[in-house]
Amino acid sequence: MSFPWARAYQPKAPLMRYLDEKLPLPRFVYNAVGAGYPVPRNLNYMWNFGVLAGFCLMLQIVTGVVLAMHYAPNALVAFDSVEHIMRDVNWGWMMRYVHANGASFFFLVIYIHIFRGLFYSSYKAPREMIWLIGVVIFLLLMATAFMGYVLPWGQMSYWGAQVITGLFSAIPMVGEPLQIWILGGFAPDNAALNRFFSLHFLLPFVIAGAVILHIWALHIPGSSNPTGVEVKAESDTVPFHPYYTAKDGFGLGIFLLLLMTFVFFLPNALGHPDNYIEANRLATPAEIVPEWYFWPFYAILRAFTFDFILPAKLWGVLAMFASILLWFFLPWLDRSPVRSGHYRPLFRKFFWFGLIPAMAILFWAGGAPAEEPYVMLSQIATAYYFLHFLVFLPLISWIEQPEPLPYSITEAVLGEDKKAVLGENTAPAT
Amino acid sequence: MAMATPSGSGQPGATGAMVDEQVDGDGVRRRDFISIAAVSTAGVGGAMVLIPLISQMAPSKDVLAQATTELDISSLLPGQAIKAVFRKQPLFVRNLTPQEIAEAAAVPISSLRDPQSLAERTKEGHANILVTMGVCTHLGCVPLGVAEGENKGEYNGYFCPCHGSHYDTAGRIRKGPAPTNLLVPDYEFTSDTTLVIG
Ligand code: HEM
Ligand code: FES
Repeated sequence: MSFPWARAYQPKAPLMRYLDEKLPLPRFVYNAVGAGYPVPRNLNYMWNFGVLAGFCLMLQIVTGVVLAMHYAPNALVAFDSVEHIMRDVNWGWMMRYVHANGASFFFLVIYIHIFRGLFYSSYKAPREMIWLIGVVIFLLLMATAFMGYVLPWGQMSYWGAQVITGLFSAIPMVGEPLQIWILGGFAPDNAALNRFFSLHFLLPFVIAGAVILHIWALHIPGSSNPTGVEVKAESDTVPFHPYYTAKDGFGLGIFLLLLMTFVFFLPNALGHPDNYIEANRLATPAEIVPEWYFWPFYAILRAFTFDFILPAKLWGVLAMFASILLWFFLPWLDRSPVRSGHYRPLFRKFFWFGLIPAMAILFWAGGAPAEEPYVMLSQIATAYYFLHFLVFLPLISWIEQPEPLPYSITEAVLGEDKKAVLGENTAPAT
Repeated sequence: MAMATPSGSGQPGATGAMVDEQVDGDGVRRRDFISIAAVSTAGVGGAMVLIPLISQMAPSKDVLAQATTELDISSLLPGQAIKAVFRKQPLFVRNLTPQEIAEAAAVPISSLRDPQSLAERTKEGHANILVTMGVCTHLGCVPLGVAEGENKGEYNGYFCPCHGSHYDTAGRIRKGPAPTNLLVPDYEFTSDTTLVIG
């Protein structure tokens, strides 16, 4: 579906006309990301990150398939095969550095994408389904990245696998058998490494499928925009191509410059040096930290240090999973009819001075050792995080007096919209 | 009779359906039964496929076959500890000094997070040999305290550096996030100095 004024696909070349009759793939592309898809004219660069995330997924798949041609998922040789990729395979070092840094940048892009959704309340009707699928994609992405990090079979790989699968052992009754089942043994070993490789290969394609659903759901209402006012007329939109293909293309260029700066000049800056030590099941590294993109969740996990009805260990695990599962309920927790944070004075205050500092603290404390003051700070930030979504957000939408919205996107952009004066159904006086 | 209907041009399906309806009279056709039976059979069959799919991920026979380990502890002197491997996981064996035994006995059991006495955690006649897994019960790191000079924590037993769990001389959790004592695996003495674990 699209707006009634969407440009119709009219192939001229005989080959394209033939193709349109037999397999209308070009028509599909034209209507999805071409001139046949009208998009609000006022999108800012926050709306660039969906396309960037899609690009990251393709980049990970291409470099990943190449790595899989040279990597050996066997505990005896996995570590050496990664060194073989780095030293012996033509361009292997580049493929691996792009894949490893690509994973980090994928998360960076996804986090900005989610941030956009939170500030502009993109999760609100009619876009709940897009948001829900997005949360599923994020969970799949976390699983994929976790299993990928195990593959080089370094110290952090091994002990990360031990600690993360150990989370499941906190579940009462079934926990320990479940952990043994996940690992296929009593500790991470060949069985675990092999299945993680198999799933690490598979999941990105599952993600690709979910991305298709995500975009399908998006194309029903179309994109939201920084005002949060829905599209009313043709003057509110421009065709995706060439306007947003150009804008997104420019953003992609900047993104690639940043990514390649890391790949070529700081390839190991985001990784942990201990992962260049081969896995040793008899010695834990002095301090286990996950990759930076898991830090906020790791901080929540470690924030629970006291037993309260349930053991502390179980609380930590529950809170960590709950902190993401919570997002599934967001469309129904935030009841304000106004979407954009620009027109929500109270929401804005809690967002910038509450949620964002709390997230920043969780990011920082999750990468720090489990000592004071980091533990206490993560406890405060964790408490705020849950209060924000479960208590403050519903309350804000109850008491807040939103600021006046523009009549239309056109008015917001041009300062006036003739339709706003004449009324929507009045024919222009010509 | 069936042939008399205008649509009854010899198609067995049309005829069959009419006959069924006449037989039951209450709107339930034989075909409904066949549908339900077929779909349930396929459903149960499909569900059965999950059994091998799930079970293949459990530890395989060779992993289970490594399930026992034999250890000679004749050279382990009081105050010393060794690290061995059991089921691909670290195993701690410690020969406790009389002082360490006394330390463990001095603690009131009820004050412990996971109440257990040293005697319950060792074999009769071998109260000085403490055999535990070297796996922190929090999230599975290897605690320090086996090798000489390593940090033994505030209770002179083992210390897990990952999130700061302190174990005492009986391997019991005393401080930090771990919920239970270091696990004592199944084992027996086959001679005075030989242990079989698992
Ligand atoms: C959703 C997209 C993906 C993410 C987020 C991701 C993430 C990761 C991460 C974090 C690593 C560890 C890098 C290191 O420290 O060396 C890794 C390794 C690996 N990945 Fe992926 N990956 C993705 C897609 C794929 C795909 C599609 C394949 C194969 C078809 C693949 C194959 C591999 C291989 C063979 C390794 C081990 C070699 C190495 O460590 O560099 N990945 N992945
Ligand atoms: S794993 Fe030992 S304290 Fe967490």
